[in-house]
Amino acid sequence: MSETLTLAKALNRGLRRALQADPKVLLAGEDIGKLGGVFRITENLQAEFGENRVIDSPLAESGIVGTAVGLAMRGYRPVVEIQFDGFVFPGFDQIVTQVAKLHARTSGRVKMPMVIRIPYGGGVGAIEHHSESPEGYFVHTPGLKVVTCSSPNDAYWMIQQAISSDDPVVFLEPKRRYHAKGQVNFSARPQPMHQAGVLRHGTDLTVLAYGPMVRTCLDAAELAAEEGVSLEVIDLRTLSPIDWVTITASVRRTRRAIVVHEAQRTLGVGAEIAARLHKDLFYVMESPVLRVTGYDTPYPPSKIEDEFLPSVDRIMDAVDASLAY
Amino acid sequence: MQGQSDKMVQLLTPEGVRVEHDDFEFTGTTEDLTGFLRDMVMARRFDTEATALQRHGELGLWPPVLGQEASQVGSARALLGHDVVFPTYREHAVAMCLGVPMSQILGLFRGCDAGEWEMLERFRNYQIIIGSQTLHATGYAMGLQYDGMVGNPDPADNAMVVAYHGDGASSQGDVNESYVFAASYNAPVVFFCQNNQYAISEPIALQSRIPLFQRAQGFGFPGIQVDGNDVLAVHATSEWAFNRARNGEGPAFIEAFTYRMGAHTTSDDPSKYRRDAETEEWRGRDPIARLTTYLRNEGAVDDAFLSALDAEAKDYGASIRASIATLTDKTMDEQFRTVYAEESVALEEQRREYADYLATFEENA
Repeated sequence: MSETLTLAKALNRGLRRALQADPKVLLAGEDIGKLGGVFRITENLQAEFGENRVIDSPLAESGIVGTAVGLAMRGYRPVVEIQFDGFVFPGFDQIVTQVAKLHARTSGRVKMPMVIRIPYGGGVGAIEHHSESPEGYFVHTPGLKVVTCSSPNDAYWMIQQAISSDDPVVFLEPKRRYHAKGQVNFSARPQPMHQAGVLRHGTDLTVLAYGPMVRTCLDAAELAAEEGVSLEVIDLRTLSPIDWVTITASVRRTRRAIVVHEAQRTLGVGAEIAARLHKDLFYVMESPVLRVTGYDTPYPPSKIEDEFLPSVDRIMDAVDASLAY
Repeated sequence: MQGQSDKMVQLLTPEGVRVEHDDFEFTGTTEDLTGFLRDMVMARRFDTEATALQRHGELGLWPPVLGQEASQVGSARALLGHDVVFPTYREHAVAMCLGVPMSQILGLFRGCDAGEWEMLERFRNYQIIIGSQTLHATGYAMGLQYDGMVGNPDPADNAMVVAYHGDGASSQGDVNESYVFAASYNAPVVFFCQNNQYAISEPIALQSRIPLFQRAQGFGFPGIQVDGNDVLAVHATSEWAFNRARNGEGPAFIEAFTYRMGAHTTSDDPSKYRRDAETEEWRGRDPIARLTTYLRNEGAVDDAFLSALDAEAKDYGASIRASIATLTDKTMDEQFRTVYAEESVALEEQRREYADYLATFEENA
């Protein structure tokens, strides 16, 4: 059984199914009740499940995450919504000092089955603090798991997998792809959450991307094919832990890799991937891992965001540079 | 005394004389009070031993509870079976009253582990980040509410949560947010603030220009100030606030006006920021001395009782010293294995890397 849905609607359906499946699942966040969230991801869920399961929160991100810690201690599985990427920082302290550490500091006596949903990334013409890619902070924090979806099918399944995880999961939603449509298969067995996906097979070079950049990289691969270059495109899906098995298997074959992300370059996910590939495949690779990323500036005003964000053209330049090595 | 209100609830004066209050009375018996005295004496002995253990290098750090015994014993003894405590890092006397094995509290400060005692369901982990636990307490209280454990006709079916915090924490964003959430959801949580006058070196006047208990009104729930060195008054006000919460009447704020007689921690030097005269003045308000005087005057305790209690405390102190030897260190292997509840392939790789590294020493041996 499958249906064509937008990524936003697929998340809504996934959340609905999680609420139906387990009475301990709660949603909390700003404007998620009557309004259904500013992106309508939780639309109609409060009407269906009530105000005690789909909770409109006071406007305080630390409060939202901190009370969710208490709810998790009480045996609930809270799913909190941070309204925009740039608003997560008031809740950052609770995420890194409490959510991430409670399991380790109690040697497993306290579990934190919490999902922190964050719409992230740019390209939507937004005002400042609404277009950021904060994944690096969370990937760097032991105790958190970090995943991001790029298609409606993954959105539907991964949100449910994140909710059923006994570990805290930072769930990054590519906001500029919310309205992208795709097939959602409700009955097929889903791919495991912590596994990367090979979306396009190729032989000349592996392009590693996640979230909003996956579409851009698939477009680049299409263009490259017209020029006779065969790109393999991998959607990382899981950023913590990273699925090294899938990545190294691909790069071992293509012997070239490019990492693409919107987040700033220095010490980003791309840096970790480059370090790892150089360690594991040093004698195999034909060229160094290249990175196509946002620049090390604050996210720029929206009129010039297209210059900051990785584009098909910049990716093609990197492909040329890698192949010319 | 700055910050002390003329409305402060007091039922036993520093001289050990019972006084009446219009709104609050101590509901317990003289036998209960004798028990409270014993609790406070034992807590002080535990604290003295822990401080000494730090001086002998057995603990890395110790935050003494000296002077705050009545605040902690009075509130802890008003807890009922389902109630849950979210402590700071100084609620040693509360832990003792709830029956937490006290050597396990020392484990955290010895560096053996990060605080993972038995009864963690009842007496939650110590919190080092100032005020974070008030949000956890509020969330937990919301959960109690969703679980239908508030406002039932049979009091045995009800529960509430106490969030302990200090005067310094009252400036933290998380604490103020927890007041907002607690009020908005009418959560069964009581904020029990021990105003011990100092946040390390910073006096209460730097945190608040008004007595702390007055802040509660601005958040929409009642706040009262109680003499934190008067165990009767603390018990009476706690009972009132706890019952309200259990009955579904929502949050309340108690400011226990007390004094940190010792240092902030064993690394602190209070002589840098407070006068001896001030400490001396507070010594005259000692919680144990005033209850002892009262019970003596009542004929409830005598020299024989007190010297037996003293002997019991000495034995207890010896058992605490001995218990240090029973504490075991967390291993790196456990450290790797306890980061996540579910298996993490990436971390497992590092665990094996470290195990392999260790193995190189065995081969050479």
